[in-house]
Amino acid sequence: MAVVRWFKRHFVVIAGLLTLGYLLLPNVIVTVFSFNKPKGRFNYEWQKFSLDAWKQPCGVADMCGSLSISLQIAVWATIGATVLGTMIAFALVRYRFRARGAVNSLIFLPMAMPEVVMAASLLTLFLNMGAQLGFYTILIAHIMFCLSFVVTAVKARVMSMDPRLEEAARDLYAGPVQTFVRVTLPIAAPGIAAGALLSFALSFDDFIITNFNAGSTVTFPMFVWGSAQRGTPVQINVIGTAMFLVAVLLVLASMVITNRRNKVKA
Amino acid sequence: MNTKDTSGDVRLSGISKTYDNGFTAVQPLDLTVPQGSFFALLGASGCGKTTTLRMIAGLEEPSSGTVHLGDQEVTNLPPYKRPVNTVFQSYALFPHLDIFENVAFGLRRRGIKSVKQQVVDMLDLVQLGEQARKKPHQLSGGQQQRVAVARALINHPKVLLLDEPLGALDLKLRRQMQLELKRIQTEVGITFVHVTHDQEEAMTMADTVAVMNAGRVEQLGSPSDLYENPNTTFVANFLGTSNLIEAEVDSKSGDDIVLKAGGGKLVLPEARCSAPTTTGGKVLVGVRPEKITLTPADDAGEIPAGRNRITGKIADSSFIGVSTQYVIDSPVCPEFEVYAQNIDRDSRLRPGADVVLHWNPAHTFGLDAAQDIDAGVDTEEEAA
Repeated sequence: MAVVRWFKRHFVVIAGLLTLGYLLLPNVIVTVFSFNKPKGRFNYEWQKFSLDAWKQPCGVADMCGSLSISLQIAVWATIGATVLGTMIAFALVRYRFRARGAVNSLIFLPMAMPEVVMAASLLTLFLNMGAQLGFYTILIAHIMFCLSFVVTAVKARVMSMDPRLEEAARDLYAGPVQTFVRVTLPIAAPGIAAGALLSFALSFDDFIITNFNAGSTVTFPMFVWGSAQRGTPVQINVIGTAMFLVAVLLVLASMVITNRRNKVKA
Repeated sequence: MNTKDTSGDVRLSGISKTYDNGFTAVQPLDLTVPQGSFFALLGASGCGKTTTLRMIAGLEEPSSGTVHLGDQEVTNLPPYKRPVNTVFQSYALFPHLDIFENVAFGLRRRGIKSVKQQVVDMLDLVQLGEQARKKPHQLSGGQQQRVAVARALINHPKVLLLDEPLGALDLKLRRQMQLELKRIQTEVGITFVHVTHDQEEAMTMADTVAVMNAGRVEQLGSPSDLYENPNTTFVANFLGTSNLIEAEVDSKSGDDIVLKAGGGKLVLPEARCSAPTTTGGKVLVGVRPEKITLTPADDAGEIPAGRNRITGKIADSSFIGVSTQYVIDSPVCPEFEVYAQNIDRDSRLRPGADVVLHWNPAHTFGLDAAQDIDAGVDTEEEAA
């Protein structure tokens, strides 16, 4: 009976821990296997502890090159999608123009469309245009599908913004540029940041659309997929673990900053 | 040279606003607000008072007419180039800036470098020195309201515009802020233009009140003038309560007009009648409920001569402390309202009792009978 009662009382905590475990277990495996020293070409069975891969993260031919391409594409796609998406979001919320309703729904299509269909049609488009497949076609494709996420995030923020705040700024001697920089942008910033982070994550690990439109360019996800057929170097786990750690550190840092700010205020 | 400073005058000439959808919010309007006065634009929602205010601020472009501040025409100046600041409805404080930076905003935008002392002084004036580093959402409604006032006043505008500044506060705080704003206005001597739908607020604070209705100024004057001498049924009903009776002009005697209403006669000073009077024509006779005395019908003989009288029956009475409010059913008006001070309460004044209502003819006012007798009744929003 005591066990049952204990279980009842802690049910929420147990469920939470189990879910968390379910979410994090793959990351744990990735991390553990980044310290493995596999016998054959595949890193699927634990052999023995080794720091070899961590000492030479770029020891595998072409891997760091593909990583660098992926990072570059992600950065540019994030910038492109965030700038364009923010402008679209403002236009959709602030202005009444013809076809506004149509644009409003069309912007969400890329989110709903199966990625593989979009990938194939993009390839058709690029081939018909005679475009050289590679870095720039990937970038264009990434900006396109990231756009809808940025628009969604920023739009929600702008819609909840009181238009009187900008009027107040204009009333207090801020010209149009000052009003935008000092009031509009800071208030919309959380939405813009959310859109940008989503864009970066989506672009960095996109495989399907990239694979169709990459030509001979190889991004990091494509490299991992390719090597999974021939043999998986431990360095892939090293990169994966490092990315995970960077993300965790960023989240922790932002939490610490917010906490400290709240404490100063209170 | 005029000795009076006119740099803070607001002059609106023929100003009007018609929106793209064809709705005319403000009909061509002429208005002068003298330097240093506390001016209220009073009206129900949708009467054009806020639009008028926004045209002075530059947030709304007039469809016609001009706006002058002192000798300067500002009609085509954007809001950030006008020496005018606004306290917005629900304050519009910048949520991402702390109180200090909110108040410093206007100074910084004008490129003033050393803002600290000014901001500290201003926050002290509104008793918020301690809260300087808090964000707006951490303050109470009344505190936010004071920040909004400080943020505008620190710029020493020629005119301060207030758009329903107390609308979001509860009654007690509103009373307190009314006095506070009045004190600040007297202290800084800046022209205040205050928009409100609350007649009591307008009368408490303003030197001059303009009552607006359907995009027009119905009447402009001091609060007591508007209350005692309304020129239209809207003003009579919107500001406080009025008893209006339809009457026929019978004759004139000296400065007075003698009117027939029901079976009796009423006297109205000609100077207090805003309508044309021709013998046999109709006018609306008005009298405020607190000017009327009730006497039981049995004592009718004791009523001094020369007073206007009406007979009726008490339909309802409600005791509200300082006064008792009676509703009288009378042949000339089915719901005549009378407010009596509770000094000597006559126990005979109970529902069902026959009474004589009488008042000094000097408290009677006359209005054009062609108007809607109920204008302004439904739109009135009681403050207390």
